[in-house]
Amino acid sequence: MTPSPPPAPRSDAPLIATEALTLRHGGVTALSRVDFAIRPAEIVTLVGPNGSGKTSFLRALAGTLPPASGRIRRREGLRMGYVPQSLALDPTLPMTVDRFLRLAGERSRPARDAALARAGAEGLSERQMSALSGGQFQRVLLAHALLRRPDLLLLDEPTQGLDQPGAAAFYRLVAELRDELGCAVLMVSHDLHVVMSASDRVICLNGHICCEGAPTVVAAAPEYRALFGMGTGGALALYRHEHDHAHDHDHDHAHGHAHDPDHAHDHGPAREAAR
Amino acid sequence: MSLLDDFVVRAALAGLGVAAAAGPLGCFVVWRRMAYFGDATAHAAMLGVALSLAADIPVFAGVLAVALAVAAAIGAASGRTYAADTLLGVAAHTSLAAGLVAMAFIPGARMDLSAWLFGDILAVSRTDLVAIWGGAAAALGLLAWRWNGLLSATLAPELAAAEGRDPARERLILMLALALLVAAALKVVGALLITSLLVIPAAAARALARSPEGMALGAAAVGALAATAGLAASWEWDAPAGPSVVLAAAGLLLAANLAAGLRRALSAR
Repeated sequence: MTPSPPPAPRSDAPLIATEALTLRHGGVTALSRVDFAIRPAEIVTLVGPNGSGKTSFLRALAGTLPPASGRIRRREGLRMGYVPQSLALDPTLPMTVDRFLRLAGERSRPARDAALARAGAEGLSERQMSALSGGQFQRVLLAHALLRRPDLLLLDEPTQGLDQPGAAAFYRLVAELRDELGCAVLMVSHDLHVVMSASDRVICLNGHICCEGAPTVVAAAPEYRALFGMGTGGALALYRHEHDHAHDHDHDHAHGHAHDPDHAHDHGPAREAAR
Repeated sequence: MSLLDDFVVRAALAGLGVAAAAGPLGCFVVWRRMAYFGDATAHAAMLGVALSLAADIPVFAGVLAVALAVAAAIGAASGRTYAADTLLGVAAHTSLAAGLVAMAFIPGARMDLSAWLFGDILAVSRTDLVAIWGGAAAALGLLAWRWNGLLSATLAPELAAAEGRDPARERLILMLALALLVAAALKVVGALLITSLLVIPAAAARALARSPEGMALGAAAVGALAATAGLAASWEWDAPAGPSVVLAAAGLLLAANLAAGLRRALSAR
């Protein structure tokens, strides 16, 4: 191709795209033939039962899990901020929060403190990483990702362990960050039906892409209040799964079909809740 | 002429040179749980000595080459049929045994066996000193050059990879630094005790450190102190020098932990 590509197609070209991406994890196919693309400033939520390949997919996009087949195309110069679900930090390595943030490459202390505050972890700079609570740790990881000035934020179950108002607050923060930084967000959610309302798309994974669509924003409906109560500020929405297939075929991971009980494929419950 | 004519001064300089590099490198050995890996690399040095003597090439070069080869072989083979520590055990002891057998066939080498195994710091020559400081400086230079990358890859390999760093490359850098240090430290403490110079000062510094850099500097300081104290003890009581240095380092580890315990007790009040 041309040695210096014109800067124009920056606009809406995908930041990252996969073609027939297949991932294996410990000899088991975690994900088969996934075609996916995310565009600038888009918010995409990935849902799916445990073992459905969500985390593997995120790791592959982040570049830490090599594809078994298929390909991943990244836009040239793409900057990603990755917030893994958990990090096993070795307590033999003494590390303050601020020193950890410096590893993101930000030399200015005020900028690091600002990122920490933006992620909702103000004042933790001098704490040891090993002394943080789970929620604080997650926010420090988010601050680290923000300091990368990402075009794409990859968040793996960031609301795990948060209650519904906590999750709603986090989703509002993510939506604000998207507006401020113009970055795209790809977020894995452990909740199959209740997702971030600002999601442009929701993708349901279970070894492959089962269905894809927009969340149903029903914040005004009384049923919504009944489900979520007040105080979540419209940050939560429901996702209607529209699966056009039964799950009794192809891929070879035996545990893949042990879906959550509330996630029958002909359902059902979400549809009714959304109506 | 001058100070370097004194064998005690040469010994002290050799000890300080090794300590300066072994401290920071030892921190990575502790953080990444590579103590056994360090042992395997260090034991491979015996094979390197035998091959160098047989081929009549400088021992530093022979040791460096064999240590690198063994480290690379372990890296390539790990995670297949055997667990990493099994492989390391096989590599460490096989290369040590191979070195000992090879030495037996080289005329005259048998006499120096204990010097290679336990070090002979009091017999360090000017040429040795150049090799020791050269090797230590190269190892330290590698660490300084890649410091942030090494730290990221050690702390969270997943994050480092997502940020475009290559944890496998950082691992290679560490292997190279380790091989350089083994080649440099062989004359000082010998193949069997090199790992102690990596692990003990770093562990002592961990007790009081709050940052990775603080721990690295602390480990270098503990190593330097141990080298000086060990040599002094060896001078005073005619104890073997290399093992005395290691014992001094262990004493400092104990002292650092007592100090840390005291500090915790005081701040808890």
